[in-house]
Order: sequence, then structure tokens, then C-alpha cells
Amino acid sequence: MLKINHVTKLFNANTVDEKLALSNVNLSLAPSDFVTVIGSNGAGKSTLMNVISGVLKPDDGNVIIDDVEVNKLHEYQRSQWIARVFQDPMAGTSPNMTIAENLSIAYLRGYKRTLNWGLNKKKKHFFKEQLERLGIGLENRLNAKVGLLSGGERQALSLLMATFTKPKILLLDEHTAALDPSRAELISNLTEKVVREFNLTTLMVTHNMAQAIQLGNRLIMMDKGQVIMDIPPSKKQGLTVEDLLHEFTAIKGEELNDDRVILG
Amino acid sequence: MYMFIALEGSIELGLLYVLMALGVYISFRILDFPDLTVDGSFTTGAAVSAVMITHGYAPLLATLSGFLAGAVAGTITGLLHTKGKINNLLSGIVMMIALYSINLRIMGKPNTPLFGENTVFSVIPEDYFLVIVPVVIIILKLLVDAFLHTDIGFALRATGDNQRMIRSFGVNTDFTIILGIALSNGLVAMSGALVAQYQGFADISMGVGMIVIGLASVIIGEAIFGHKTVFRATLAVLLGAIVYRMVIALALQLNMNAEDLKLITALIVVAALILPKIQKSLGQKRKILERIREVNNKVENNGRDINA
Ligand SMILES: Nc1ncnc2c1ncn2[C@@H]1O[C@H](COP(=O)(O)OP(=O)(O)OP(=O)(O)O)[C@@H](O)[C@H]1O
Ligand SMILES: [Mg+2]
Repeated sequence: MLKINHVTKLFNANTVDEKLALSNVNLSLAPSDFVTVIGSNGAGKSTLMNVISGVLKPDDGNVIIDDVEVNKLHEYQRSQWIARVFQDPMAGTSPNMTIAENLSIAYLRGYKRTLNWGLNKKKKHFFKEQLERLGIGLENRLNAKVGLLSGGERQALSLLMATFTKPKILLLDEHTAALDPSRAELISNLTEKVVREFNLTTLMVTHNMAQAIQLGNRLIMMDKGQVIMDIPPSKKQGLTVEDLLHEFTAIKGEELNDDRVILG
Repeated sequence: MYMFIALEGSIELGLLYVLMALGVYISFRILDFPDLTVDGSFTTGAAVSAVMITHGYAPLLATLSGFLAGAVAGTITGLLHTKGKINNLLSGIVMMIALYSINLRIMGKPNTPLFGENTVFSVIPEDYFLVIVPVVIIILKLLVDAFLHTDIGFALRATGDNQRMIRSFGVNTDFTIILGIALSNGLVAMSGALVAQYQGFADISMGVGMIVIGLASVIIGEAIFGHKTVFRATLAVLLGAIVYRMVIALALQLNMNAEDLKLITALIVVAALILPKIQKSLGQKRKILERIREVNNKVENNGRDINA
């Protein structure tokens, strides 16, 4: 489904700020794989997401979606297959437009936009149904501006907008990190629900070890621009936080050092 | 009576400037793109239509050609910004300066008189001006509203709101920005074409300060009439353009110097932009002071040893 071959990203080459954010990364996701990604600050997780989605072009290597090399495609072109939810709840929606208008924009993922009405009765009805699945009452606020929603509500909406057209690949970059614990849990549960329901091939970055273990069928750990650990479905069952920390120490010969790691 | 005629004149003129203000609304508010092309493209629309009319083309065709010429100018500004990666303000300024020369080329001289020529207004009986023109302007406003409620219109609005988001749903923001700036300058140029025909000449300097007048109209309109929905906002802009003209007419009635009008307009815009900010920061300061008092009270109630 998704293949990353020998991808390298070097920021600010030949300057004092030179930074090897990704170093010869190889990764392959099978259809409906749900892979959680952990790793310390600056490990290259977000860079990897940006290279996959086309926000950044890799300096070397290639990205392959469904056997098609997509290196030359822009972000907006890859979005026909790739959906994203960002860490910042502000990032995934258009604040001055209504919930229904936002959903209408998301609904056309992969389609050409024309001079048809953005909203009609049928679409509104469908959006209402979809919003009901979130279970937080947004279905009664179709005409409310998204800028008025709370962070958690916005993130739930972002998740719905990213997924309800069943994209091939879903990229989540710490999409629960900016929320308070109860809201984070809600979004986390919703994520698990939609990913399973739609069988989305998913890559989810998180700093919450417990969440990384609880969600998904596979877990990778990144460090200094490399994938240093890849725990397959067979071994992910029954994995504990202690296992992960031990494993890290065994590989790196040092303790996992990250202020933001949440052990759960 | 004289006062009334002046007001009537200002309403007529204001109606013609509505399209310019709508254009500024699209670039400035919808796309969040402060586009200075406007000063040039307003004259471009006037020049193209005036030259075509003096060459015997139908006034309506000349007016629509004005729209197209403005749209082309806007397209180039959009290309400079998106493909040339030039800052949006600078793209507009560069285009505005370039248009000055181009407008002179179009007219071949700094002024093209239209006295005695047929214009779009020739067919309107004088008593019906304030019936027919408003209807046409409202139809155009509704067309803009409708466009902003299509799928492409949604993409355009989201581009001004959150480029990252709209790209992640498959929209090429370079395209939407160019489209929006083209539409904006098309409306501005069409407004220029109408004003030229109304006043009976196109002049190379008639666009000077137009962006500020457009902004003033948008800001005044929004302040008085609100802008909750697109429909409401464009209505506010429409009325704002007319109110602006009336204010200017009143200022002239009060024997204000015509040369000072641009300065007054600039001051209106500055005031309208700064006042809300001052209000907000004053409000915040008040809240902080209240909070400090609260905290201090608590400290006192809990015993003075904290300060010791
Ligand atoms: N646009 C950029 N220009 C220069 N350096 C960058 C850029 N983006 C990222 N980097 C650097 O590349 C490295 C990897 O960054 P990245 O954002 O991928 O880390 P991350 O694993 O997502 O970290 P975090 O957990 O803090 O989000 C970091 O050292 C970062 O400073
Ligand atoms: Mg990151």
C-alpha cells in the first residue's frame, strides 16, 4: 500500500544548521496496517509524515503508493490518497466557514471542484449522519462557524473530515497531543473506531507510549532519522511500556531521553 | 435642494464604486491578500472601455472588456506571488506601477474624454438611474455570493482561511489565489469602466488611492452592517461603498478641501483598523488589573506573612 524506499532528508545542507532529519529510511505498510510511531524529539517523525504527504520532497529515495511512485506529485495531488490530521486543532479546518461547509470541502477529496453548489439538502443530510457518529452533538450545529468550536470538537471534526471519504492512507501526527486528557481519550477512541471501520492504512505519531501500544497492529520507533525498532503484529500483542524502554536501551546503549514521553 | 442633489450624485457614484469595493473585499477579506494592483487595474478598466467606446464599440462590450483586462492584470499579480514567490504586497505594488505605463499605452495620452459618446448609461432615462443601476449592482452582488457558495468558491474561501488545510484536501492553492485575485481585479476594472463612462472621461490618475477607498468602504460597511455570513458581508460592502461616498459628499459640503479627501480617507481606514485593537487591549488590561486585585485580596486574606 505504502512504501518508503531509502528516503533521506537533509535540511540546510553544508551550513552550520545542517540536520539529517531522515537517514535512508525504509518502511513498508500493508493494506489496513495501523502503525504507531514513537521516538524522541527531533527523531524525524514529522519529517517522515511530510515526505509521505508531499509537503517536503526527499533529497534521496522515493515514496510509492499502491505501486505508483509519487515523488513528483505535489501535496494537493497526493491528497486524493492521503488524509492527514495535524497536532494543532486549528490546522485541519477552516475557522471562518461553517461545519457543513468544511465537510463539503473534505467531501470532494480526489474529485474536481466545479461551480456546483457546495451544499444541498442531500449533502447536509449525509453530513448530519456522519457527525452523529462522533457522538458529541455537532450534528445539531451544522451552520456554526468552526472557529467557535473547542479544540477537542475541532479535532473530532478534523478526524471525520480526514476519514469519511475513506482515503487509502491516514497520517496522524500527534493529533491528540494538544488536548486535555479526557478529550484526547475521546479522539483516541474515535480514531480506533474509524480506522477499523474503514480499514484505513494508518501511520500515527504519538508521544504517549501507552497509546502507541494500545492502538494499532504494529509499532515503530524512530531515532536520529532512522527506524530503529519495528515491532510486527505478532509481537505487538502483550507489549508493555517496560518492554519498549528495555528494547530501546538494548539497541542504543542509553536510556530513552525525551521530556515529552508519556509513559501512560 | 442643492444638498439633496449632491447626496443623490454621491449615491449614484457610490453604486458604481460598489464593484470596486467588492473586488477589494475578495482580495483583502476572502483571500487575506492585501492587493495593491487595484490602483492600477481600476484605471485599466476605465482606459480599455473609454478607448473602445471612442473607437465605436458597444458600451456594454467595452465594459466587459474592462472586466477582462482587470482580470488579466490580477492573474499576473497572482502569478508573481504564487509562481514567482514574491511577497503579496510587493506583487501588487509591482503590478500597479507596471499598469501605469500600460494604461498610458492603452489610451495613448493621459486622458480620454467620452463627451458625446454613447455609454452604458445613455440608454437609462435619468429618472430611472437609481432604479436600474441598483438592480444591476445587486444582481452582480448576488452572483458573487452564489460563486462563493459553489465548490470552487468554498475552496477559494478556505484558501484565505487556512491554506494548509485546503491543500490537504486536494486544492491547488496557487490556482485559487490566482483565480481570486483575477476576479477581484476584474470587478475593480469594471467599476473603473463604469465610473469613466459616468463622469465622461478616463484619466491616468483616476485609480490613485483606490485601494484605500476600497478598504474604507469594506471596513465602514462591516462596522455598520455586520459580516456574519458571506451574503451579509457583501451587502455590508455594497452599502459601505455608498456610505463612504455620502460621507465624502458631506465633507465637501462642509467646505473641506477636495485635495484633503485622500488624507481623510486614509485616516478613516487607520482609525477603523486601530480602534478595535486599542479597545481589545484596554479590555485585556482591565481584566488583568481585576485579576491582580483578586490575587492581592487573596494574599491579604491568607495572612500577610507571604510578603514578609
Ligand atoms: N523545515 C526544516 N528546516 C530545518 N530543519 C528542520 C525542518 N524541519 C525539521 N527540521 C529538523 O529536523 C529534525 C527532525 O524534525 P521532526 O520535526 O521530523 O522531528 P519529530 O520527530 O517530529 O520531533 P517532535 O517529537 O518534536 O515533533 C529536527 O532536528 C528538526 O529541527
Ligand atoms: Mg513532530
